[in-house]
Amino acid sequence: MKGKLLRLWRQLFGNSIQAFGVVSLVLLVLLAIAPAKNHFSEWRHYQHSYLHLIRDRSDALTLRRHFQGGIQQIWLPELQVVDRCTTCHVGLKENSLVDVTEQPFTKHPVIPHKLDEFGCVVCHRGQGPATTVSEAHYSTLAWEQPVLPTKYIQSSCGQCHQDDLPGAPLLKEGRQLLAESGCLHCHTVQLHGIALQPTDAPPPLTDIADKTTREWIYAWMKDPQAYAMTAKMPNFKLTDDEARDISAFLIADSTPLQADTLTLSQKSGDPTAGASLYGESFCATCHAVQNAAGNVVGGNIGPELTRVGNKVKPEWLQAWLQNPRVYDSGTAMPHYRFNDQQLATLSGFLMAKSDSDLLSNVHLDPATAEQIKHGRLLVMNYGCASCHQINGIKKPENFAPDLSRIGSKPINQLLFLQGMPHTLPDYISGKIKTPRAFAAGLKMPQFTFTPEQIDALTTALLSFDDRSRTLPLSVMVAHAGDSNYEPAGKAGQLMKDLACFSCHRINGRGGDLAPDLSLEGSAVQRPWLEAFLKSPTTLRPALIRRMPKFNLSDSEIHELSDYIMTVYQSPAIDRDSMPLSGYSAGQVEQGKQLFYSKYGCQACHIVDPKADKGYIGPTLTAVGSRMNAAWIYAWLKDPQALRPGSMEPKWQMSDDNARALTAYLMSLKGSTKQVAKK
Amino acid sequence: MNRAFILIALITLAGCSHKQPAAAPAKAIAFGSAMVESSGGKQIAPAGTLLPQPVVVQVNDEQGNPVTGSAVEFSGPHGVVFDPANGTTDSSGQLTTNVTLGNGAGRYELVATTYDKSHKRIDLKLQEIALDYQQGLGLKLNQHYCERCHNSESTPERVSNLDNLDVKPHAFTDGDYLNKMTNDDLTSIISHGGPALNQSPQMPPYGYTLSKSEIQALLAYIRAIADPPGFGGGLTYVQR
Repeated sequence: MKGKLLRLWRQLFGNSIQAFGVVSLVLLVLLAIAPAKNHFSEWRHYQHSYLHLIRDRSDALTLRRHFQGGIQQIWLPELQVVDRCTTCHVGLKENSLVDVTEQPFTKHPVIPHKLDEFGCVVCHRGQGPATTVSEAHYSTLAWEQPVLPTKYIQSSCGQCHQDDLPGAPLLKEGRQLLAESGCLHCHTVQLHGIALQPTDAPPPLTDIADKTTREWIYAWMKDPQAYAMTAKMPNFKLTDDEARDISAFLIADSTPLQADTLTLSQKSGDPTAGASLYGESFCATCHAVQNAAGNVVGGNIGPELTRVGNKVKPEWLQAWLQNPRVYDSGTAMPHYRFNDQQLATLSGFLMAKSDSDLLSNVHLDPATAEQIKHGRLLVMNYGCASCHQINGIKKPENFAPDLSRIGSKPINQLLFLQGMPHTLPDYISGKIKTPRAFAAGLKMPQFTFTPEQIDALTTALLSFDDRSRTLPLSVMVAHAGDSNYEPAGKAGQLMKDLACFSCHRINGRGGDLAPDLSLEGSAVQRPWLEAFLKSPTTLRPALIRRMPKFNLSDSEIHELSDYIMTVYQSPAIDRDSMPLSGYSAGQVEQGKQLFYSKYGCQACHIVDPKADKGYIGPTLTAVGSRMNAAWIYAWLKDPQALRPGSMEPKWQMSDDNARALTAYLMSLKGSTKQVAKK
Repeated sequence: MNRAFILIALITLAGCSHKQPAAAPAKAIAFGSAMVESSGGKQIAPAGTLLPQPVVVQVNDEQGNPVTGSAVEFSGPHGVVFDPANGTTDSSGQLTTNVTLGNGAGRYELVATTYDKSHKRIDLKLQEIALDYQQGLGLKLNQHYCERCHNSESTPERVSNLDNLDVKPHAFTDGDYLNKMTNDDLTSIISHGGPALNQSPQMPPYGYTLSKSEIQALLAYIRAIADPPGFGGGLTYVQR
């Protein structure tokens, strides 16, 4: 062995000339390493492949002219972007490459931003300055930010856009779910110094013994979705003993309300009357019920009522129906003015909605002091007071981890489940899917999100990343948010009592189920408004969520009408500038022609119930007794100016045509009988 | 010495492998002779996202009765994820899977495979459509402004107005008709209403309501979902 080496040494370095030759050769090879590495680099390979790809295309000359060899870079110091992605992704801006599926040569889909203004990593993440496939796309020891899966790409929009984008529906849904599913009661999210606020309002438990039984609380906590398929409360996976003790504590902790105790005849009345009162009151606008086929039908503003008879005590239900605000001043439920007869009928109807199996297996012995004490401990431990108001227990601060920067959480700080890909999006979605699987003793409850909802939530959470904090304020788009508008005076009190804002939006606050009323005073005629409040009728033929009848007194109707007619006006519309009637027959006839022929309004509206069938817009049979002429004229000229997002398009109608159509519509007074009946 | 080296090499290899062991294919306990789609074909979703509804296929025997316990495997072009990717049919002969489409916009051909008694392969092909950003925006605009009249499907929440119109509007999937119209024609009828092309005035003009880019988005959407696909109908991804 040793002899061999010695011989080799002598052969190579036997004399100085030979030694010089060998050393030079070695040096040459060493020097060649760097240029060779460059020459055989991945990006050169891709650029060659690209040139090969475009060679035989009909637009080869144009593509060749656009092509620039060498390392390409988008440098945007303001956004901290140094992106060399376009070195390999050469065809991003070539719209003619629409038929190419081979990466990295596809064209970039059309988006509202220019590549040169935002670069790549702002949206796609990954490592911009890298020039190899693996370093740019995947996480490395030095760089943990892999490319974001396309599934979650909308999260990147959310870095700057705090407002809702029509092109990012998943992000919008995720943000909504985050706010309404209870996440924000336990987790904090601070964006630019402002904490996101939950939009849901879990009920206070301070007087729960008035409302329900310990047995129901037990069954509910064991499995909320067994009581109501759409229940929002997550499953805390409590043991039997835990549920026993918590229910014992909640009942013992409850203090009776000083509400009027109703002493109604417990006669429930007949169920058909109950069903029709339930229908007439449009309870289904907000509440859902599971039908025989298993489908949940109805609105989702209030809780599902499929088994409400198992839950509430009859006397509580009657008192609640009489005035819900006594129990919960912030409830979305309106205060109906039901008489005693109606209260008995409706509560009897609702109490019959029960499932004999639900509580049949729940047998609880009377609570011991020990159990109550332990129940209190459990309530503190599970953070029940984060969502619910509970006597003697304060809402815990920072109960769950802050999620303000969850979108940039380093992977080395995460604990993954076995078999789970080690990426942040997989971690977040896995955590939402099965929160307790990650370690023993975790407190986050099990939610019932669909796979799509989990993707949406993950998208929203990924948008809370470090980049969104370092981007210049000039690119931030703020969220307008709800205003805290409060109507004033007696009418304001009344509107609060009737929970108008649960469905209607006024001056930037309220729901979107029913029309925005901010300009209602300019739109409608007072006699119609009063008749409508007395007995709401449906204006749109195909509507299933409707305005309930509140049984308002005449003085209440006056109060409301006064307020709406004087306060909710558009400064641009002078109600008295056009008369309510007295248009010439010629003008009316001309309007009718325009209505049916030129503009084809009957496609969406009904004037003659026998001939017209349009299902989209409101029925116009009596529009002349409902709307103001000046409003109709302004509406015809530009519907979106009065109600942004209205389906009715702007027609670019001439003043003459708009006047004639207004004259025709104002001539539609409805049958006098109909008006008298109101 | 050699043995230790092999051991170390093996341990290193095992440590390096990030790949998950592929789930063992489900074992069939029964065999059908045909496979049909129960639901989930021809869906539309943004590229890279989960289809709104799961894909459900059913295995039947010669008499057309559902077969319980036959093994079905789903496969698709690069980037498509099935959850689960295989399984056995349930008591109604069906297997359900959630499908996430690939990153590129276009049509995706999915294949469900089962084997009959004589181990002959039975394939069922389904097509789904993935939308890019612009087409997705078009979808939203369609849902807000167009489909009440252009979609004949009625739900209690969204009653179709199609049957109420004198001239029935064309569904946006109606490729046979819409593929014959040029982009200019479509832009013109969206912007200026039916009369622009001598058609029904019941199609109102949206050119003063929608922006130019919104109309382009709508156009991109209409082209993307045409059945059969027409020009600009985009790419079809099939399994290699």
